[in-house]
Amino acid sequence: MADGETALLLARIQFAFTVSFHFIFPAFSIGLASYLAVLEGLWLKTRDDTYLRLFKYWIKIFAVAFAMGVVSGIVMSYQFGTNWSVFSDRAGPIIGPLMAYEVLTAFFLEAGFLGVMLFGMDKVGKKLHFFATLMVAAGTAASAFWILSVNSWMQTPTGHEVNEVGQYVLAGSWLDVIFNPSFPYRLVHTVIAAYLTTALVVGAVGAWHLLKGHDRPGVKRMFSMAMWMMAIVAPIQILAGDQHGLNTLEHQPMKVAAMEGHFESFESHAPLILFGIPDSEEETVHYKVQIPDLGSLILRHDVNLGLEGLDTVAREDRPPVGIVFWAFRIMVGLGFLMAGLGLLGLFMRWRGKFYSSRLLHRFALLMGPAGFVAVIAGWVVTEVGRQPWVIYNVMRTEDAVSAIGVPGVTGSLIAFVIVYFSVFSVGTWYILKLMSHPPSAGDVEPQGPIRSAGITPAAIEEKAWERGEDE
Amino acid sequence: MGDPTLTVIWAAIIATGIAAYVVMDGFDLGIGMLFPRLKVGQERDMAMNSIAPVWDGNETWLVLGGGGLLAAFPLAYAVILPALYAPLIAMLLGLVFRGVAFEFRWRDPAHRKYWDFAFFGGSLVATLAQGITLGALLEGIEIEGRAYAGGWWDWLTPFSLLCGAALAIAYQLLGSCWLVMKTTGSLQTEARRVAKILVPFTLVMIGAVSLATPYVEDQYFSRWFEWPGLAVTIPMPLLILGVTYMIWRDLESGYDYRPFFWALGLFLLSMVGLAISIWPDVVPGRISIYDAAAPRESQIFMLVGAGVLIPVIFAYTAWAYWIFRGKVDEAGYH
Repeated sequence: MADGETALLLARIQFAFTVSFHFIFPAFSIGLASYLAVLEGLWLKTRDDTYLRLFKYWIKIFAVAFAMGVVSGIVMSYQFGTNWSVFSDRAGPIIGPLMAYEVLTAFFLEAGFLGVMLFGMDKVGKKLHFFATLMVAAGTAASAFWILSVNSWMQTPTGHEVNEVGQYVLAGSWLDVIFNPSFPYRLVHTVIAAYLTTALVVGAVGAWHLLKGHDRPGVKRMFSMAMWMMAIVAPIQILAGDQHGLNTLEHQPMKVAAMEGHFESFESHAPLILFGIPDSEEETVHYKVQIPDLGSLILRHDVNLGLEGLDTVAREDRPPVGIVFWAFRIMVGLGFLMAGLGLLGLFMRWRGKFYSSRLLHRFALLMGPAGFVAVIAGWVVTEVGRQPWVIYNVMRTEDAVSAIGVPGVTGSLIAFVIVYFSVFSVGTWYILKLMSHPPSAGDVEPQGPIRSAGITPAAIEEKAWERGEDE
Repeated sequence: MGDPTLTVIWAAIIATGIAAYVVMDGFDLGIGMLFPRLKVGQERDMAMNSIAPVWDGNETWLVLGGGGLLAAFPLAYAVILPALYAPLIAMLLGLVFRGVAFEFRWRDPAHRKYWDFAFFGGSLVATLAQGITLGALLEGIEIEGRAYAGGWWDWLTPFSLLCGAALAIAYQLLGSCWLVMKTTGSLQTEARRVAKILVPFTLVMIGAVSLATPYVEDQYFSRWFEWPGLAVTIPMPLLILGVTYMIWRDLESGYDYRPFFWALGLFLLSMVGLAISIWPDVVPGRISIYDAAAPRESQIFMLVGAGVLIPVIFAYTAWAYWIFRGKVDEAGYH
């Protein structure tokens, strides 16, 4: 492999690695910020201390996850320039303003109110504190809005032209750029995914404590809230995903062809390949298990309509098939399991075994990490499926990279891998440690004595827990 | 190409963002570098608590610096970041360590000393990298067409290292003055002692960087030593001397708040000096703000948002600082 190709590959691996690692945290904190706002709002409305207990329990976990999201996010705002400088120069006039809006409307809002949210409850009063929580939640949502608009523009670019130095610049209205064709679908699909990811984690923590016999009001309440989310939102996500897929078929048919494993086109009666081993060299799927006509039915809603295959474009214009094909199946499979968990929850409620069914609790526990796997798999589908383009049909990935030599990209990649794995696995372990204790009465004692020097709320909670204090 | 007036406005906005970052994260990073001097236990906890509610907001200005440069001066962003690849990656990794330390040290008392070291090391690496970045940028970077054309280690020079060391000392001065302002007891006494030692060192470093700068590029020499630059060159050292003396005097006289604000003044003077050297370039000697500016449509679109939002941001940032005003009490926030 020539040096240039190696450097390109390494730069791509570096971006994929840093962005995937980063996204794990916002996927969780977008949902958790909203959950915290709901908990605090319900507490203010009902004055039921169980909500406050849950709020104080989850906010500690939020603080750790948010810190990791922040530091890994700062890396992203510089990766565009360090490794993808040609892309930055040429696409900067279009995507730069959207990202500037993300900083101005989202990052400052989150960061500015985070301090009050985490440390200010005794200082500002309940209502103002609730306002700070709402602002943090609004910030996470605004962040998703802008960055998904940028990403969607790279998938379905509209509203731009090329200027004399080769930059993409505005042609017409910013609304065409921001609300490009795939944006609404991607926004809905991703934000719901973040909510589901959080609900799965909350549900798994609740299930863990129920399995351990800690059937306190707080544990039951969080488990129940999570399972309602699962029952209502997981099916909505399947519909949203279907709509997103149809939108992709319209604008990026080759991505869909890779997802489906369709090397050849179909005039009509396209099958749905369930499983198989795609082979890009031989342009076929080995050992495939398929259902006749179902591909046309799902994607065109009519068996007599056909589907374009990868054979409609030259080989160098096709995305890698195997990785997209498999990542898609992982995402969809997990999505159906989530809906299944929601259904089982409803069934057990109906049977009156919601808090006693070990089957339900084990299933919920097992599904705890499923949201993270599903969102990463989803991003692999959409990003790898966009290849070989960085801006679909406009700019190739190979033309976007900085002229950084192999040693530089290798060195930085190794540094990122070592630092991220060590730092973020320790952080994840701390989160798991916090989760291993049930929400306890210690959290809502009067504020004064609890916040003495050097003793953290977690430490106090641990002590209360060791003493066997219960609600 | 951009509209000349809007380009100047955007240069001012980005410069304000970078200045806000330098002073705000400056005292955070300075406290990080001072950490080994502070006693394990109450002193370190109190120092950490004095910045815990605001560090995240402070660091967001760095994202505005990066994101704003991409948006308003994409060519500069595309040239500077690859040129300063190694120090920037080092800075980002340093910020990872010190950022997570804010939460992690409270979560794990058994390993707190390691996270305290990560807080110190991360702050030191990030600061040195920022100083080196500035120094390398001042020395000028090699460009061909619309891309960086220099080598791997171009950023590593005696001058850039000098800038790194200077920034490390200046941030520590700012950090120790912050602690004098925000804390009490033994921590405050120690911070005041350290700050007084740092005052002369900071002055020497500012002097060294200022004397070296005119010689790294002809452009700077003519700026400073030819009319009308002389009008600034003559009073500047006097102003810096005066402000430095005030920091020292107010530390000596037992004031709590004043030294920090004088230290802010010292930073602002240094940044004005910097602006005089490089204006109107964004990559000194190579690319002017007018060459690098985003098109007019992009500038206007962003200006609408920035005009409304930046004042709002300043307002709620000020509010957050106000909420946590005064001395950090024993109890702390954590």
